[in-house]
Amino acid sequence: MNLVTVSGPPSSGKTSVILKTIDSLKNRGLKVGVAKFDCLYTDDDILYEKAGIPVKKGLSGALCPDHYFVSNVEEVTQWGIKEGFDVLISESAGLCNRCSPYIKDIKAICVIDNLSGINTPKKIGPMLKSADIVVITKGDIVSQAEREVFASRVNMVNPSAIIMNINGLTGQGSFELSTLIFDEKDSIETLVGKKLRFSMPSALCSYCLGETRIGESFQMGNVRKMNLQDKTDSKGSAK
Amino acid sequence: MITKERIEDRTIADLLQAYPFVDSFFNNNTLEIEGKESLTLSQLFDEMDEEEREDRALDPDQFSAQLLEFINQMLSFLDEDNSVQSLTILPGTDKSGNPEGFTELVVRKSEVISIVGATGSGKSRLLGDIEWVAQKDTPTSRQILINDDLPDTSWRFSSSKKLVAQLSQNMNFVMDLSAQEFVELHAESRLVESRDEVVTRIIGEANKLAGEPFTPETPITSLSGGQSRALMIADTAILSKSPIILIDEIENAGIDRKKALALLLSEEKIVLMATHDPVLALMGDRRIVIRNGGIAKVIETTEEERTILGKLEELDRTLLSYRTRLRMGESLLDD
Ligand SMILES: Nc1ncnc2c1ncn2[C@@H]1O[C@H](COP(=O)(O)OP(=O)(O)OP(=O)(O)O)[C@@H](O)[C@H]1O
Ligand SMILES: Nc1nc2c(ncn2[C@@H]2O[C@H](COP(=O)(O)OP(=O)(O)O)[C@@H](O)[C@H]2O)c(=O)[nH]1
Ligand SMILES: [Mg+2]
Ligand SMILES: [Mg+2]
Ligand SMILES: [Zn+2]
Ligand SMILES: [Zn+2]
Repeated sequence: MNLVTVSGPPSSGKTSVILKTIDSLKNRGLKVGVAKFDCLYTDDDILYEKAGIPVKKGLSGALCPDHYFVSNVEEVTQWGIKEGFDVLISESAGLCNRCSPYIKDIKAICVIDNLSGINTPKKIGPMLKSADIVVITKGDIVSQAEREVFASRVNMVNPSAIIMNINGLTGQGSFELSTLIFDEKDSIETLVGKKLRFSMPSALCSYCLGETRIGESFQMGNVRKMNLQDKTDSKGSAK
Repeated sequence: MITKERIEDRTIADLLQAYPFVDSFFNNNTLEIEGKESLTLSQLFDEMDEEEREDRALDPDQFSAQLLEFINQMLSFLDEDNSVQSLTILPGTDKSGNPEGFTELVVRKSEVISIVGATGSGKSRLLGDIEWVAQKDTPTSRQILINDDLPDTSWRFSSSKKLVAQLSQNMNFVMDLSAQEFVELHAESRLVESRDEVVTRIIGEANKLAGEPFTPETPITSLSGGQSRALMIADTAILSKSPIILIDEIENAGIDRKKALALLLSEEKIVLMATHDPVLALMGDRRIVIRNGGIAKVIETTEEERTILGKLEELDRTLLSYRTRLRMGESLLDD
């Protein structure tokens, strides 16, 4: 089975692109399943079911969704293998700009949209920078020039990625993406032993553990304070 | 081609001098270089402690590798001759698997081809085949050649070297910029050298296409439909590097379509245009008829048809002048 991890900001078009791409994969006779990871709520599983695609969903609740993803991805992979899928696609909402669910040697796709603004590529961390393929959606509602400027910004933060424009509504471009997704020789039996592309720092402080009271004496563990002094030391503060 | 070791051992100042475009790379990757120009890249990373690197998700190895890739891409972008003299479509099959009704279709630069066919007939798929430079690997099994030859795969995957620019039906701007700032931004991403000149030219041409003039200071979001379309066409004609322009219907409202096509052609583009509008269809040198997913025939626009075009354009102008007069608050009966 091939595992493909798809990630991207909320509402960027992940589900739309995955659904259209699966159509093309199915036309080639491949069996495809989806594992959907989100934080608090998702309806995506219903959309996948409607399209006749086997789906499992997991909600991370109070945890960083990417941390939750790594803790569950092996189990999900075993589910996919048991079901006899040729391709298992994971969809996870990139809610944490510091983490990303990408695993070394497992195809990683980041979906972002043209409407998010040209400074967005700069703000998204490893989720964009270490993806193999970057899919840009919603090109239908912006101008050619904006598409070009946006793509060039994406290229600047991740020059080695393949950048593709896909229309999530009509599916234009999704056939082309489907040709890059399945490869016999990328087949896996297990993820055990594989590594994340980027470390996920754990921000363990007392609030992570359920503390609700405000004030210095309640703060423990990995606590960091903002620099509110007038600009003397620039470490960590944006220009 | 330059190599990784050499990049890490060069000072920031040296890199900026040799490759001015890396300035925006540093900026977009949030690496602050101000006051650190005398350091080499590896010294700059050594200066940060583990925690800072972790906080900012900076991985020195990945950073240098990406920088290297970027420099090599930009160098080849600046130096390569990407000119496309001709585009060849070799036939595949229609939706029922029957072979298409033509042997070979060669389109040369400064030519306009219109594409006609019913809804769902496969117009977008044809445009998709061209954009993806299909090699018998799409549902139609068509093959696309460039300059009579098998195309380089970089046409598929490079983001700076795109075969096709698309003028879509919805031509909205979403950025919060003036017309001038907007065009400048685009020119910057294309690494254009004489930027001011190009910007002035684009806004000038756009004003020739649009009914009502606008100034460089006008915010793009407040341009009228016609003005946006005009700016977009002028910008694509002059700034886009892509040799092929795909058009999904240019609407009539507020823009001189004949001039628009002329502008695209003067920039030596190949224009393919899917349309239901008889005026546009007849403006093509040839038109492709699509039926059931396949190219059913290719029709040369004849002199006789061109006479009809004359009449249609006349009608078009009459319509336009009535529209203008209505807008001006005149009566259509005044002379
Ligand atoms: N030769 C072909 N073989 C197999 N499938 C095809 C072929 N040509 C087109 N199709 C498929 O037919 C469907 C409709 O085609 P397409 O979207 O290109 O139509 P269209 O002419 O652009 O329609 P509209 O006028 O509604 O935009 C698509 O799913 C496309 O992939
Ligand atoms: N106009 C336009 N809308 C899109 C496109 N792709 C997705 N959408 C819409 O954007 C919204 C969010 O898409 P969805 O796939 O649910 O995003 P996700 O949250 O990333 O999975 C939906 O309303 C989609 O219909 C596109 O290419 N163009
Ligand atoms: Mg979704
Ligand atoms: Mg179409
Ligand atoms: Zn996180
Ligand atoms: Zn915490």
